[in-house]
Parts: sequence; C-alpha cells; structure tokens
Amino acid sequence: MEVFDMVLFALFAFTVVVFGFFIGNYVYKIFDGKKTILDPVIAPIENALFSISRINVEKSQSFKEYTISLMVFNIFGIFILFFILFFQSAIWLNPQNFSNLSWHLALNTAVSFVTNTNWQSYSGESTMSYFSQMVGLGVQNFLSAATGVAVAVALMRGLTGRGIGNFYIDMTKTTLRILLPIAFIYAIFLISQGVIQNLSPYVDITTIEGATQTLAMGPVASQEAIKMLGTNGGGFFNTNSAHPFENPNELTNFIQIFSIFLIPVALLFAYGKFAGNRREGIAIFGAMALLFALTLGSTYYAESQGNVMLSELGVEEGPSMEGKEVRFALGASSLFATVTTAASCGAVNSMHDSFSPLAGGVLMLQMMVGEVIFGGVGAGFYGMMIYALLSMFMIGLMVGKTPMYLGKKIEAYEIKAVIIALLLPSAAILGFSAYAANCAEGLAGLNNAGPHGLSEILYAYTSAAANNGSAFAGLTANTPFYNVTLAIAMFIGRFGVIIPMIAIAASMSNKKTYALSSGSVKSDNATFTIFLACTVLILGALTFLPALTFTAIAEHILMLSGKLF
Amino acid sequence: MFKEIKKSVILFSGLTLICALVYPLAIYAIGNSVFADQAKGSLVHEEENPVASTLIAQNFTQPYYFHPRPSAAGEDGYDGTSSSGSNLGYTSQKLHDAVKERVEAYRTENSLSTSQKVPMDAVTTSGSGLDPHISIANATIQAKRVAEVRGIEENKVIDVIRKSTQQPYFGIIGKEKINVVNLNLTLDREFGKVKI
Repeated sequence: MEVFDMVLFALFAFTVVVFGFFIGNYVYKIFDGKKTILDPVIAPIENALFSISRINVEKSQSFKEYTISLMVFNIFGIFILFFILFFQSAIWLNPQNFSNLSWHLALNTAVSFVTNTNWQSYSGESTMSYFSQMVGLGVQNFLSAATGVAVAVALMRGLTGRGIGNFYIDMTKTTLRILLPIAFIYAIFLISQGVIQNLSPYVDITTIEGATQTLAMGPVASQEAIKMLGTNGGGFFNTNSAHPFENPNELTNFIQIFSIFLIPVALLFAYGKFAGNRREGIAIFGAMALLFALTLGSTYYAESQGNVMLSELGVEEGPSMEGKEVRFALGASSLFATVTTAASCGAVNSMHDSFSPLAGGVLMLQMMVGEVIFGGVGAGFYGMMIYALLSMFMIGLMVGKTPMYLGKKIEAYEIKAVIIALLLPSAAILGFSAYAANCAEGLAGLNNAGPHGLSEILYAYTSAAANNGSAFAGLTANTPFYNVTLAIAMFIGRFGVIIPMIAIAASMSNKKTYALSSGSVKSDNATFTIFLACTVLILGALTFLPALTFTAIAEHILMLSGKLF
Repeated sequence: MFKEIKKSVILFSGLTLICALVYPLAIYAIGNSVFADQAKGSLVHEEENPVASTLIAQNFTQPYYFHPRPSAAGEDGYDGTSSSGSNLGYTSQKLHDAVKERVEAYRTENSLSTSQKVPMDAVTTSGSGLDPHISIANATIQAKRVAEVRGIEENKVIDVIRKSTQQPYFGIIGKEKINVVNLNLTLDREFGKVKI
C-alpha cells in the first residue's frame, strides 16, 4: 500500500462529493422548474425546439405515453446511426478513406451507443471516419446519457408523488443545461493538456532514428469530454483512455475518473431535495459508498500483489505493469478500473484483460449487480431503486408491516416490475455466456486459454447486458455471432430495465402518501443503508457466484499452483 | 404514432446540430487558436518535418538512445494507427514466454548479471502500446549503455535523466517518471547526434 495512492483516493472522494453536492442542487432546480443561471442563453433554444416539434410543455405523460416517446426516440436513433455507419464512405470527413461497416458491426455499434453501453467491437482509429465519430457516435454520447437522466428524474418525481414529466423535455434539458456546458469547459481543458482536436489526415513522421511512424488524428477532445461525463466510455481510439492522445497525464486522468461519478453523485443529492429530506439521498449514497470502498479495496489489494510468475523470471517484485501505463501505474489504474465498472462508463486506462484474476472478478461482479454502485448517469439511480424497493419489501415482510417507501405502499405491481428489471439482464448475461462457451463461433474469438478464456466470454456479455462497454479486450468480437448476440444483450439490459422503472414511477406517482408513524420502517437512516448494501451483495452473489467460481476464482487458485495456459 | 415519430425526428435533428456539429466545431476553433500545438498532436519538428509527438512512444533500437517499453501496438509495435495492449492474463503461457525472452534481451543489452532484477516496466507491454514513459529505475540502468556507446561520462547522462524527470502534479498526483522521446531529444541536443 502506498501513501500516494491513498492520497489519490481521498482526494477523489472529496472532490466528487463537493462538486456532486453543487451540481445536485443545480440539477434539482432544473427539473423542479426553478430559475437557473443559464436560462437566458438556453431557454430560447429549448423553447424553439419544443415549439417546432409541437411538444406540450404543460402536461406530464402517462406510463404508456412516456414509454412510447422514449422507445420511438431511441429506436429512431439506432436507425440513423446504423445508416451513418453503413454508408460512412459516402459521407464527408473521411480523410483515411475508411470503408463502410459490415451490417453486423454497424448494428452492434448503433445499439451499443444508443443504449449508453459503448461496447466497441471495432478499433476506432482503423474503422471510423471523423464524421461517424463526431456526428454519428457523438450525438448519442449526449442523448443516451440524457435518456438515463430523464428516466431517473421521472422515477424521483413518481416516488415523491409528482407527475413523472415529459420524456422529450427532460431529455433535452439534461443535454443542453447539464451535459453540454460542462463538456464544453472540460474539452477545452483536455486540449490544454495535450488531447488532440483536429480534422487532419493521419500524420506521417520520420522518427528520430529515421524509421517511419504514422500517428492517428481526429476530433478527440470534444468526444472525450462527453464520453466520460455521460458515462458512455466509447473511446476514440482502440485503447480508449490508455491512449496518450485521449488521456495524456495524471491530471487529465484524475478529471476523467472524477467526471464518471460526478453526475451519478449529483443525482443522489437532487433526489434528497425531491424527497424533501436530504437524508433519503444520503442513505442511498451511503450504501453505494460502502460497496465502493469494498470493491476498490479488493481491486487495489489484488492488483498490488503482482504476478508471482513474472518475479520468478527475474523481474523486480511489485504490481504487474502488463497492460498498464507508467503514468497511471497501480493506484490510478485500479481506481479508474473500479470506477468505470461501478458506473456504466466502460472507458479504460489499463487493459482489464491483464488484471489479476481476482481483480477481474471484482470488476465483473460490479457490473453483474447492475452497476448500482453510483452507476451510469441516471441508470445508477434507477438501478439502485430496484434494490431499495426490494429491501423495503423484504423488511416489511420480516417485521410484518405493509411495505412502504417514502410513505407509498409497495404492492404486487411494483414488485413484479422490480423482479423483471432484476432478472432480464441476469438471464441475458448467464444465458448468452453459457451458449457462447458451448459453440464454435463463441470459442473462436478467445485470446486467452483456460479459465481466463471463459472470463473473456463472461465479461463480454456482462459488460453488454449491464450497458458498461468495457471489455477483456483480447476477445475478437467483430464477428456476426458476437456482434448480434451482444447487441441483443445490450438492448435487453437497457430497455428491459428502463420500461419497468417507468412503470414503477407512474404507478407510485398516483398513490396516496401516508404520513410516517413511530412504527414505520424508515429509509433515511444507517440501518437502511446497511440493509440496502447487503441486499445488493447477497442477490449479486447468489446469482453470479457459480459463474465467477468457474472463471475468476478458478483462475486464481490455478495461478497459485503455478499453472499456465 | 406518426406524430410521435415526427416529434422525435425534429428534436433529434435539432440536438444533433447543437451537440454533434456546433459543439465539436466550436471546440475545434478554440482549441486550434488557443492551444494549437496540443490540438495538432504535440509534434516536434526538425527542419519543418515532424519527427515525433512528445506524447507517443516511438521505437528506439540503437544502443545510444534510451529504449521505450515493449509495445503490442500493431505487428511490430509502436504503430500509431493501431493502439493495443497484449490483453494477456496472469496465467498466460504466451505472456510468460514473452517476458522471459525480454528479460534475457534486456540483461544482454545492458550487461546485467543473471541474478540482477529487471525493472517491471522494461519487460511488460503498456496498455496503449504507445506509452512514452519509463520508470527512473529503467532509465538509470540504461544510462550506462548510452554513456558508453556515446563515449561520455555516465554521470552526465544521469544528470540529463535527473533534469528530464517529471514530478507529480502539485507534488501529490502521480509519480516520478521519464518521457523517453523527450529524454532522447535532450541527449541529442546536449551531446549531439551520433553519426553512424
């Protein structure tokens, strides 16, 4: 354990909480219709957009209306992105003359970016034109994140007895008032540190020794900012935030990790405001923070042990640097990896495939439980609400009281929706992994043998169904089999959770709110925090421990006995 | 339904215009006027021709230059259009064999005994395959070779290493490290290019 790393972790926690608090207040004001500082600039643009598209700004939508708006908007987004990618060679800004994407890669990528997964079966610098990156993928980096926030806000409103709101309005406000202004400042900061932003052809250089090297170029900074802020995680380049043009130094790295958690934390503070009781938000925050401390501690510890087999070859002892950058090393790599899989970001600054078996297992577990440890923008909040409602339901059954949350009864309808949202992604992860591990197409893509090979498959479907997008990148996923099955997993993992959550929001918003009595079970205290954290761990472990035993745990034990594959 | 699709199309187009055209192009304009060097890739020129980006590792094979970390980017490594890590896990035979080979090569190159430990970063591939940095330990071991081949005192090379060492930000974020591209450029500047 190094002091520097502990300082880094503490500084990170402090910065996220402080900024999360202020942005949280701002987010609440926006969605409660109060005046905010950017009104004079943005309100006219919004009003213009709403009036041209004839969106009724007065009326809150019903469950059905909200769901239709959201699905139409998102499926339209998939279509547009598919066509941009499928015909990219005929569009502008393609100085490297990249050809059109195959149908299955275009489909996978379109679903991936619209569902906020940003899984990449391709390598950016050798596949995508600048137009595809900047316009096609770029706009979805904003809109998929904004969709998540809109659903989270709808749920906050529903739980606190308000109408769930209008999808188009909340999505637009998130884009223009939260994501865009922050991304703007962020991108300029990134350029100042060395992140590139140009539209030039790739640069040929004659190296200092006289050899030749070609450097990939592109409008990276503008993409990078929203990629992190919107917990998208789709890198401009193949190696994502490990690439020096995306993440050149420790400072940009710190800001990148910080920006993954910024909005998820802010939403918890906003939730406290909606509930009229700060402690409701803090109780959820506490459960997430507790789980995060556990996972970060485990990842860091597992990584700090190093690879014994390397030291036997005469390499100095210490953490393995395979797949890690010198400028990030142990601390910043472990922190980035834990944060990116806790949230649904999926950007990486080191190669998770080369992590120690147990650290890889922890990263998978975080995604398996649904990325509720702060989670994706919006998605983390509504994901954790699945567990919160389930916890209150179980507590109610245990003590023999009508289960209630924020004074509203939790009934069969809500619990059915909760179970659907919990089971669909889990079924997708385990079902697809089991199938891929037993067919030739699935096994063809493996880069590692033994249990680590199985980990590559399990990680892929976990990442897809949880809408994370990071990978054990050794897996060759650009095949019709993987592209199509992963696309299905991403679609199920996204909308199979969102739709039940909208149902819960709408149903709760119409329910009577009962005043709390002295005998009511409260959700704004430490008991609830601990119960919630345990629910996540126990449900996650029960569902996925067998799968993890065959992969991460098996590999760890075989590693200790010196086995190589 | 048709009304709903129309709403989506209009809103989508408007937001695309703002987020995917106005935003990146505004960043482009500001970036290239205020931070032009960085926006173009932090390139170093010699007689107007680009010879390096200070952020991207390039291959150095000559003994009178410091060598970067091994690279898994592209077929031969250091391919700026094909960033990649090896993605090999802890229990990989391939990783084991590759590291074994690199340890031997590093020892031969730097005249180390077979009992001497080799720095971790010198024999493992980086995440991007383009990592421009090496550890101080790695640079210090290589200093002897570089000094010998260039026919200068080792102390002078150590001095250059010391001057080129990048310190943590604000003294707390990050660790000491050395940028190989900058280090080799400094060597050539201080002691002249080696004529073959």
